[in-house]
Amino acid sequence: MSYRLGVDVGGTFTDLLLINEQTGDIYTAKVPSTPHDSSVGVLNGITKVCKNAGIDPNEITHFMHGTTVATNTVLTGSGAKVGLVTTKGYRQVLQIARSFVPGGLGGWVIYNKSAPLAPLALTIEADERIGARGEVVRKLNVAALKRDLKALGKKGIEALTISLINSFANPEHEKQVAKVAAEVLPGIPVSISSEIVPEMQEYERTITTVANSYVRPKVETYVRNLHKQVSKTMKKVQLHILRSDGGLSSAKAAEAYPVNLLMSGPAGGVSGAVWVAQQAGFKNLLTFDMGGTSTDVCLVENGKAQLRRETTVGDVTVRASSVDVRTVGAGGGSIAKVPELTKALRVGPESAGAVPGPAAYDRGGTLPTVTDANVVLGYLPSGEVRLGGDMKIRKDLAEKAVKQVADALGLSLKQAAAGIIDIVNENMYGACRLVSVEKGYDPRDFSLIAFGGAGPLHANAVGKLLGSWPVIIPPGPGVLCAYGDATTRVRDEASRTFIRRFSETSAKEVAKIFKALGSDASKALDSEGIAKADQSISYQVDIRYHGQGLLLTVDFELAEFEARGLDVIGERFDEMHKQLFTFALPHEKELVNMRAVAQGKPTFVKPQQLEKGSADPSAAAMAKLTLFVEGRDQEGTLYDRGKLKSGNVVKGPAIVLEMDSTTLILPNHVGRVDDWGNILITPA
Amino acid sequence: MPAKLVETKPRPFKRVSIDPITLDIIESGMLNARYEMDAVLFRTAMSPGIREQHDEFPMIANVDGKMVVGQFGSFIYGFKAAYNGTIEEGDIFLTTDPYSCNGAVSHSNDWLLLRPIFKDGRLIAYAAMFGHMTDIGGKVPGSMPTDAQSIFEEGIRVPPTKIYKKDVLQEDILELVLHNCRMPQWNRSDFHAIVAAIRTAEKRVIELSNRFGDDVLFSALDELLERNKRAMSKLIKSTVPAKKQYFEDYICDDGMGMGPYKIRCAMWREGEKVIFDFEGTDPQSTGSVNFYLNEEMFKMFCGVYMIMVFDPQIMFNDGFYDLMEVRIPEGTLLKPRAPAALSCRTHALGRIFDILGGLLGQGNPDFLCAAGFSDSPHFMYSGYRKNGEWYQLYSIGFGGVPGKPSGDGPDGHSLWPSFTNVPNEFLESYFPLRIETYETLPDTGGAGLHRGGNALRVAYRMLEPGQISIHDDRWLTYPWGVNGGLPGARSRKILVRKNGKKEMLPSKCDRIPVEAGDLLYFDTWGGGGWGDPLKRPVEKVAFDVEAGLVTREGAKRYGVVIKPNGTVDDKATKALRAKMAKKRGKTKLFDFGGTIAELKKSCRKETGLEAPATPVFQNWFGAADQGKRKGKKAA
Repeated sequence: MSYRLGVDVGGTFTDLLLINEQTGDIYTAKVPSTPHDSSVGVLNGITKVCKNAGIDPNEITHFMHGTTVATNTVLTGSGAKVGLVTTKGYRQVLQIARSFVPGGLGGWVIYNKSAPLAPLALTIEADERIGARGEVVRKLNVAALKRDLKALGKKGIEALTISLINSFANPEHEKQVAKVAAEVLPGIPVSISSEIVPEMQEYERTITTVANSYVRPKVETYVRNLHKQVSKTMKKVQLHILRSDGGLSSAKAAEAYPVNLLMSGPAGGVSGAVWVAQQAGFKNLLTFDMGGTSTDVCLVENGKAQLRRETTVGDVTVRASSVDVRTVGAGGGSIAKVPELTKALRVGPESAGAVPGPAAYDRGGTLPTVTDANVVLGYLPSGEVRLGGDMKIRKDLAEKAVKQVADALGLSLKQAAAGIIDIVNENMYGACRLVSVEKGYDPRDFSLIAFGGAGPLHANAVGKLLGSWPVIIPPGPGVLCAYGDATTRVRDEASRTFIRRFSETSAKEVAKIFKALGSDASKALDSEGIAKADQSISYQVDIRYHGQGLLLTVDFELAEFEARGLDVIGERFDEMHKQLFTFALPHEKELVNMRAVAQGKPTFVKPQQLEKGSADPSAAAMAKLTLFVEGRDQEGTLYDRGKLKSGNVVKGPAIVLEMDSTTLILPNHVGRVDDWGNILITPA
Repeated sequence: MPAKLVETKPRPFKRVSIDPITLDIIESGMLNARYEMDAVLFRTAMSPGIREQHDEFPMIANVDGKMVVGQFGSFIYGFKAAYNGTIEEGDIFLTTDPYSCNGAVSHSNDWLLLRPIFKDGRLIAYAAMFGHMTDIGGKVPGSMPTDAQSIFEEGIRVPPTKIYKKDVLQEDILELVLHNCRMPQWNRSDFHAIVAAIRTAEKRVIELSNRFGDDVLFSALDELLERNKRAMSKLIKSTVPAKKQYFEDYICDDGMGMGPYKIRCAMWREGEKVIFDFEGTDPQSTGSVNFYLNEEMFKMFCGVYMIMVFDPQIMFNDGFYDLMEVRIPEGTLLKPRAPAALSCRTHALGRIFDILGGLLGQGNPDFLCAAGFSDSPHFMYSGYRKNGEWYQLYSIGFGGVPGKPSGDGPDGHSLWPSFTNVPNEFLESYFPLRIETYETLPDTGGAGLHRGGNALRVAYRMLEPGQISIHDDRWLTYPWGVNGGLPGARSRKILVRKNGKKEMLPSKCDRIPVEAGDLLYFDTWGGGGWGDPLKRPVEKVAFDVEAGLVTREGAKRYGVVIKPNGTVDDKATKALRAKMAKKRGKTKLFDFGGTIAELKKSCRKETGLEAPATPVFQNWFGAADQGKRKGKKAA
């Protein structure tokens, strides 16, 4: 037997999903995250999930992992102290950026720019110059560089970025600087712009490479440590990290190019949500992934999540492809407070994280969080109910914490808790509007699919604000990210920038490059032990009219290219240009990027069909309980999700419990259980 | 004769009530369509001015021609008033002549395309967009001659013309126009890109109309304009005093040795209406620095500025136009009579924003912003490469955003919406030059509690012989500081010849011959400072010094003493601040850096350039105008 394991490490919980590659059977586990060293939590989870499945960890061959380490490093500003080496005359490349002021006419009046990721005080200039065609205009002054690097070292930099002008045309000087840096600053990780993003445009290349440096030490430590730990119990395992664009990266590539992982966690969630929802017959989705520290939303149209050529985290935008996910800094761990001056109730963006965590988790947290408010209102039952099998909820501690807010506002405990929930829901609603209404989509045409630790608790309320029905609560919503990780196909690509007008190259030259790229892309899959017969390779070229800024990506088959040459891609480009922009031009075309993409075959997962039952869910009812909803205490029912059958209709107010999440169904709403175990909430 | 609308199935729209969610969705849908116009244009245009620097302005208007989404306000009134023909389904209009469209575009480089959007035989909206073409022929590359004395020297002019009829391109006309341009390939591509952008807008508007119904869309656009009018009405009442306020500022020279030229504006409120009167502005220039200011466009500038300063939550559109009246005397710098030259209007256009800031802010000092980078300086470089190929660059410069109530002004940024710099690697790949320095200059931002942004230095090394042209300003007058803040540094241009000889170039000049190896330092100007520099937190000053944005010497303007090792000398700082505060006394509301007479006197010494002569105004336009202005000398 061989198994593949999907692992998602969130701010609060670590989720695992194990797939038997032969039978398609799945097993899940959920354990607390351990932020000081996430691999501890992951290993705990592996032990647990293997125990659930009754297998030896050695049987796991593929370990697929989405991680938020890179994202959180940027969001919390906890990245490395990055030194930057630029070309002489370009020290302020990040300070000036693209000179762009957002906000339209007059936007400058309210625009305050944040300081660059690599501080100016830690930026030095290398005396060197490469020309636009790659020629050396001025040789690198090594002596001066050594002196300046030493000074940087004394200022305590933790990572170094090298980004020189025109390095996309000739990386030689960047390599020389890297060599000197290795001598002068041993042990400092170095990121080189011509390796991270070998493309024209100095600002974009620099900020992307600096972001890589910024998150690198944390990611590197994390991946190496994880690899080491995991290898102890799993001898044959291949470690893969999910990239922001939904592809998979080897552990080594992840360590060197962590800038591609900024959206790794969310990408896993979106892939998982799309996979599950499609089974249930829903293709237009708003994904709603609410975790402990943040919430990610993404719009999926016709089963496809939008990809962007850029990744934005906080106010940092880099050149790296990603699933178009918007993140707001609000989650179960978000802290509620009442500022002295305004006496307004605010929730987040500060989070209690996993440590100390919400007060109710009894790990030393005392500040009121969204989770604590949910406990106070009865939505998260306390007492015997367990999360991840071993996490008790202390209602008394939650009440004590929320009382701080209640006292400051002069409200009752439950009113204050309800206020916290209302505000956080409104924030979520705003995030969902960002990806729907503000892009011209009507949220009423979409279903809201909720996951993440806290998603199902808030989904009904957010769905109500948006009018997005049904609200879909997939089974095991906490492990959906891990689901996405585990079902992602192994994929690798090889690319090369090759800027030539058609008249400056030949079909023969181009075909030769494509073949080489194809075998490069295939190598990574070979090393994963994927048979050639199970690999598929596709070819793409980015092309434009000479003089244009745009690039359109044209797909083609190698065979047709060999038969008809550059005409194949030229004609297809004209067609696309006309279709997209209503016109084609009689101008010469220019090749820019060439790419080969190799993919393994899709993973087989057995659909987990639920046993059929009647509309009556009473067999799954566990107890009656009091819920504070719509401004008053109301009697609701507590259900065990494990006992719900297909066809059951759960009337709100109700709480549906399962091992790794809790769903709230509001009064005047019903949750229908479908064949796949999803709960579909709609107004009654 | 105004334009005549021809509809095959005319019928009135019905005003219906709209629920707030639908209204929000339509507003977002329109905004999205407007951003999509930009996206389509940037992706398909070829000239760096449009595709990289975004020198273009999109708009979608309702059936009456009122802008619902966009930047510069509707130019459709002006167009309709001036055009004699019909407006029919399948038309796309092209115009580039400011005098034929009441200043909808203000120089002929801006090509304006306008598309009436029809659905089922009746007009439902307009989409329009204009973009700056790198070259439209005329006497100099770039088509903006600093010494032009009439518009006939500034390249080809196209009066309002149907460039598409029944959706068929009038190729003869397009080819005729392109034949007069130095870079026809760029213009052709940019032209098609603008057409593609307005067709995208059309598609989106029709989609919205199909989805919600024609009457709902019509009513929603109306309601969006109304909503804006209500908000603006409140804003005007609370921020514009009934008492007359005056403000004046200058453009430094006309490129022909005369200057500065005064722009003066009075503002007051009558009931819910605000009035702007430019009486007292200098007569039109005999050169090309005139700015044909469209009144509706000025309203938009003003409205947007007020919204940004006082309440950025308000969405802006044309809804508030009835609440403003703009009076611009004919024959002045801002309403020149044809055929006055207009190509170098960018300086007066920019200065309008400083004037607005001064006018609106003097009664509300907490909201007052300093003078900023109110210009878009041009650098042009053209000639023949060794292989005989023609090259021609038009590029916009950046500078210091002013200190403002919300904080420091960014260094080397833009005041114009959506403008971005061209990546230097792109320039070096496509033009025979190398950019050796690209940095902001320390101490050029005006000192203040909130520092003005630093000026930008771009050092261009020419790699082929050719000619350069420069259009800049604020080399004589200062970007002023406010509420105790000091002015920012002025601009300058230094040409270092291959043999090491240094020449100070005038702020506006054309056809300066350059050789391979010559180096041009294109230094723009800094933003004015906001608030008392002696109150700026010491650690912020120290941070700027460590970053190299302020020098140790420059820190003294803040009364901060930095030791040679970079740390703050607390004792000396305290003493210096006390001494400076005593010497200075009360802070000034505005700091202009001196009177015009003082600035002229020290000009040669400080700038290396002769002071401009007092402008002589040609009396083409009748003594009556001049006399009237003299007689009504404002208080």
